[in-house]
Amino acid sequence: MTDWADHLIIGPIILPMAVAAAMLLVNERRRSLKTALALGSMAAVLVMALILLNESANPVGGGGDTARAYRLGDWAAPYGIVLVADRLSTLMIALTSVLAACALIFSMARWDRAGPRFHALFLLLVMGVNGAVLTGDLFNLFVFFEIMLAASYGLVLHGSGEARIRAGLAYIAVNLTASLLFLVGVALIYGVTGTLNMADLAVRIPGIAAADRGLFHIGAAILGVAFLIKCAAWPLGFWLVPTYAAASAPAAAAFAILSKVGVYVVIRLEALLFSPLAGASAGFGEELLLGLGLATVTFGSLGLLASRSLSRAAGFVVMISSGTVLAVVGTGDAAALGGGLYYLVGSTLACGALFLIAEVLDRDRSPGVQAGEAVFDDEYRDPFDDDERNEPGLIIPASVAALGGAMLVCAVMIAGLPPLAGFVGKLAIFNALIGIGGGLSWTVVAVLSVSGLLSLIALARLGVAAIWTRDERSPAPVVGAAEFVGITGLLAACVLLAILGLYGLTYADSTAGWLSEPDGYVAAVLTGEGR
Amino acid sequence: MALILALAIGVLAAAGTWLLLRPRTFQVIIGLCLLSYAVNIFIFSMGRLKSAAPPVTAAGLEDPALYADPTPQALVLTAIVISFALTALFLVVLLASRGVTGSDHVDGREPGS
Repeated sequence: MTDWADHLIIGPIILPMAVAAAMLLVNERRRSLKTALALGSMAAVLVMALILLNESANPVGGGGDTARAYRLGDWAAPYGIVLVADRLSTLMIALTSVLAACALIFSMARWDRAGPRFHALFLLLVMGVNGAVLTGDLFNLFVFFEIMLAASYGLVLHGSGEARIRAGLAYIAVNLTASLLFLVGVALIYGVTGTLNMADLAVRIPGIAAADRGLFHIGAAILGVAFLIKCAAWPLGFWLVPTYAAASAPAAAAFAILSKVGVYVVIRLEALLFSPLAGASAGFGEELLLGLGLATVTFGSLGLLASRSLSRAAGFVVMISSGTVLAVVGTGDAAALGGGLYYLVGSTLACGALFLIAEVLDRDRSPGVQAGEAVFDDEYRDPFDDDERNEPGLIIPASVAALGGAMLVCAVMIAGLPPLAGFVGKLAIFNALIGIGGGLSWTVVAVLSVSGLLSLIALARLGVAAIWTRDERSPAPVVGAAEFVGITGLLAACVLLAILGLYGLTYADSTAGWLSEPDGYVAAVLTGEGR
Repeated sequence: MALILALAIGVLAAAGTWLLLRPRTFQVIIGLCLLSYAVNIFIFSMGRLKSAAPPVTAAGLEDPALYADPTPQALVLTAIVISFALTALFLVVLLASRGVTGSDHVDGREPGS
């Protein structure tokens, strides 16, 4: 604990928390100050995330891959709480920061005025996600999950209106129940193994008495159900589409990462707790993940085909993307997982962008904010009441053409067509699976290919309806400069991912390789000097 | 003691689950409360049942088998606080829903209307 850079790991958690807390003290009318604070801290989180990502990609001292453990209060690992930055968690933080930063910029045009305390909730959401991916402790994971969800409950209602309240009610009920299942699973695992530290769990699992192993598996399965609810796996994910479609666009775009946090935990636990080293528990639940993943992809594709509005379509795209990665995790193949991680990054960015584009295109049809129905009455200033304040600032010319281009990039990305990253990711998955061969692998390849085709048909149809065959009488969509920057930022990240595909894919592959050998993680957390 | 505790958890969880599946928002929130009580007692019981055992070490009593496990007690405290806060938040949304839709049905409208 000597170098200031060692403390960087906790930065993406502490900074948004501190700024969000400070922001609550500032009067709601000082909007520009709040916007500046939120943007500044988001930029700082992004920089920290990129530094951490770079450290993971190029380990200091030229040694092999390692996890950097940050011990809170300097208590040694099994007793104290640790934060662990390894390849996977830094990748997730970087993804979160890029997505959240673009959504925040998008919201500057008008959405941040649609209700009170938007920026504070948004930063708390970022803090929860960063904490959930960084923590090395199951109970701490629960706490960060709850922070993330509590912020998301507020953000779902942002902008108010009957549709949001209705969707929010179901969303909160489902997620509270899932959190209770999470607790039951954690308690059972603690009851059997006597530890909640993930690295310590990985050490103790091979030694669980045969009589207790069933109980441990029940605990892990209940925990798994909780995470599958969060990542909206079929048949636990029916809450996702109505909620995300009802939420305001920047919130929905940021929510695209929430379901991926569920996927992240599944990947992490599957790699750490049920690795080949886990003895009788090795590979627990893999077949189930594969089956559920494929079912999710199928359900998502059919739903996408049936959806008549872009925002609902974007919800189904989130499901397809979660399902694809779950199925890839279920195959238990490291090379396929590498492709899957690369796909996860690209598809999450594209999902976020699609939510933003959908809102801009549907704007004249959906009323947006219904000021008369505020949830929180205080400080609610009816922001869309006069045209002057509703003015989104600098307006981008040729907005329909720009949106059409953005929509095209999104569709190509999601359907997995060359030359963008969606194609590269899927190709890497297919390549690995075909290398294994066997009926199961071919089933995965077939389902993913058909899902790509269905996504293309559905998105092309929705795109044509929204852009080319627009009602002549309806005004052309007005795109504020901030909105344009937000959408462009996400799409630029997608394109950059394809241009730097070699680095991206190499990083994802090494991440999968690192995950397939959990002893490195365990050693770094338990015995390493840490920092 | 084990039987009584198991019965308590079972009854709370069963009643909570039943209420959670009912169509009125008030029943849902009471169901969530009962379920969270069941879960909290369950977490507590995962530290093994023990009467009149001190939770922390004192001099001369180094055998850990003599102590109640403090970790689940810490966990349950956290879980209580979190579920209490989120239930309160849910209550606000529930009231907002009642006010906006004029119905206390979970779908926001009376069946058949």
